[in-house]
Amino acid sequence: MTDRFMLSRRQLLKTTAAGAALGLTSAFPVSKAFAAAATVGFIYVGPKDDYGYNQAHAEGAATLKGIEGITVVEEENVPETVDVQKTMESMINLDGASLIFPTSFGYFDPHMLAMCAKFTNVQFRHCGGMWDKAKHPMNAGSYFGYIGMGQYLNGVVAGHTSKTKKLGFVAAKPIPQVLLNINSFLLGARSVDPTITCQVIFTGEWSLAVKEAEATNALVDQGIDVVTCHVDSPKVVVETAAGRGAFVCGYHANQSPLAPEKYLTGAEWNWAKVYKMFVDDLVAGTPLPNFTRGGLADGFVKMSPLGPAVGEPARKQFDATLAEMMKGGFAVIKGPLKSNKGAVVATEGQAFVETAIELESMDYLVDGVVGSTA
Amino acid sequence: MDATEIGLWGVPLAILGGAIRVSTPFIFVSLGEAITERSGRINLGLEGTLVFGAMTAYAVAVMTNSPWIGLVAAAFAGLCFGLFHGWICKFPKVNDIAIGIALMLFGSGLAFFFGKPFIKPKAPNLPAIPFGRWSDIPQVQAALDVNVLFLIGAVLSVILWWAFRNTRAGLIVRVVGDSSDAARAMGLNPDTVRLLATGVGGALAGIGGAYLSLYYPGSWTERISSGQGLMAVALVIFARWNPLGCFAAALLFGGAGALGPALQSVGVTQGYYLFYAAPYILTLIIMIATSSPTRSLAGAPGELSITK
Repeated sequence: MTDRFMLSRRQLLKTTAAGAALGLTSAFPVSKAFAAAATVGFIYVGPKDDYGYNQAHAEGAATLKGIEGITVVEEENVPETVDVQKTMESMINLDGASLIFPTSFGYFDPHMLAMCAKFTNVQFRHCGGMWDKAKHPMNAGSYFGYIGMGQYLNGVVAGHTSKTKKLGFVAAKPIPQVLLNINSFLLGARSVDPTITCQVIFTGEWSLAVKEAEATNALVDQGIDVVTCHVDSPKVVVETAAGRGAFVCGYHANQSPLAPEKYLTGAEWNWAKVYKMFVDDLVAGTPLPNFTRGGLADGFVKMSPLGPAVGEPARKQFDATLAEMMKGGFAVIKGPLKSNKGAVVATEGQAFVETAIELESMDYLVDGVVGSTA
Repeated sequence: MDATEIGLWGVPLAILGGAIRVSTPFIFVSLGEAITERSGRINLGLEGTLVFGAMTAYAVAVMTNSPWIGLVAAAFAGLCFGLFHGWICKFPKVNDIAIGIALMLFGSGLAFFFGKPFIKPKAPNLPAIPFGRWSDIPQVQAALDVNVLFLIGAVLSVILWWAFRNTRAGLIVRVVGDSSDAARAMGLNPDTVRLLATGVGGALAGIGGAYLSLYYPGSWTERISSGQGLMAVALVIFARWNPLGCFAAALLFGGAGALGPALQSVGVTQGYYLFYAAPYILTLIIMIATSSPTRSLAGAPGELSITK
């Protein structure tokens, strides 16, 4: 009985919404102002104020709220299950969203693709997923940023700041993107002093507060004095490391409020730029790009302001390296370079610039990183 | 400052430090559950109580700027959850395990709902006592920073162990847990005793949550608990319903959990997933080693629905 009532109510809502939309479009068939009015949906896998991955996306979404005619709808803590399909459906049917950003990796296949097939007039853009023209529909797409460059700059500052010449990295899982960040961090530091090493600890999960704290403590116990991380929420790592007196480099978002004295700098996403770009296209009525990538020069990635503990030589090299990256074509992985197992990953003269597709399938840690991918 | 090179000594030190740092929530939740189960009832909802306690403690500490008031608030919130569980289970034909699972989800959901505005603010932490001051090695000092809650937990486990044997209240809880009929014959009301035992168990779980958010890792996020509440309930069975055993099991779990990161930090990097499984493998080994096909679970309260 109740079920039947619920269904009919939902049906009613749907019909009314559709009817209203139909009424609007037919009443103002060519009005530009109404063509520009659009609802954009954002879906996050965790809390949107986690000082990390989700916060970076939510900050980007927040900048859209000031644009006239744009309505932003958000939902957080959506698991990477069929739940996200329900969220997308309700954003489309009840809120009238015409562009949706499911921001977590696991949303792409099969959930987002299923919705793409069901709602062909709605655009979907996914963060990090590999959109392939041959395999995926045209109303789907993906965007991502080359944040490894930011970790290289983190490494430059860390290399200057470290007294023990030992750096630490708390990582979630050994996937290509994480490995690139670890390697970039070490190579940045080695551009300062080639004897520096970086100890990595994998926690095995994207978000495990107690294990991240234990990993940070274990690193500091080994005399490591600069720590960075790649986990969903760097809050615990930053607070634990600073509490033990180590310096920290941030990731995903700006964590300097958590440790103002110990925070050196950080590699942050600048999704505001990316989302503005998509929404501008939507408002102008031009087709949205399907495959979007960018780095520091494109404004997809930015650095936190340098902290008070950063010395003059570090500041100089940071600025010089950043200026070089802004010119484009900067290669973090360049020969001669070996993995920490002794295999050659780049021969003399070989260089992989940030756009190189080989970097997106990285499966090694470079010489100088203490750790293992399995 | 130069004494930073401790190399392989880092592993035993990390296990010791980890045992002290990580075990406290396990101690409180398992002691609470031991009281509840000794009275003949299972409360699986303590995971939810733990998360709600963590949120309450953090929120109240932010608002009042006192971690102690936060701690009391968490205990009170836990008490309410426990009493609620106890009250529902009083009705006939109610399954306490099902209610526990419902309350686990309810507690976490409610904590996320109320905890939203408190993710950003910073709460004052509970104090630690620096027992490592005799050493001039910073790592030893850090490992021996012992939080007061850990000490309270240690003392509490001894008191409970003694009280279950020697006090009237302890014996009442045990007789109710072992046989409702015997308790009724003595003029006791099993429902009231179980209600109170579940309430106290909830309060202790709330304190365990306060430790998570106010000391280690020391912040409120929606992912603060990685199942500590559930593990602690399992620890009670592992500890054979003995409070001293609960304390030892919690220490073992904390120390074994620190093994994975510590080994990676000294360069043992292969197979870390296996090291992360260490606490569970250890549990399995001990369970198998101490089990017997010829007798039932030693120390199990007779009224417990899992042993019936």
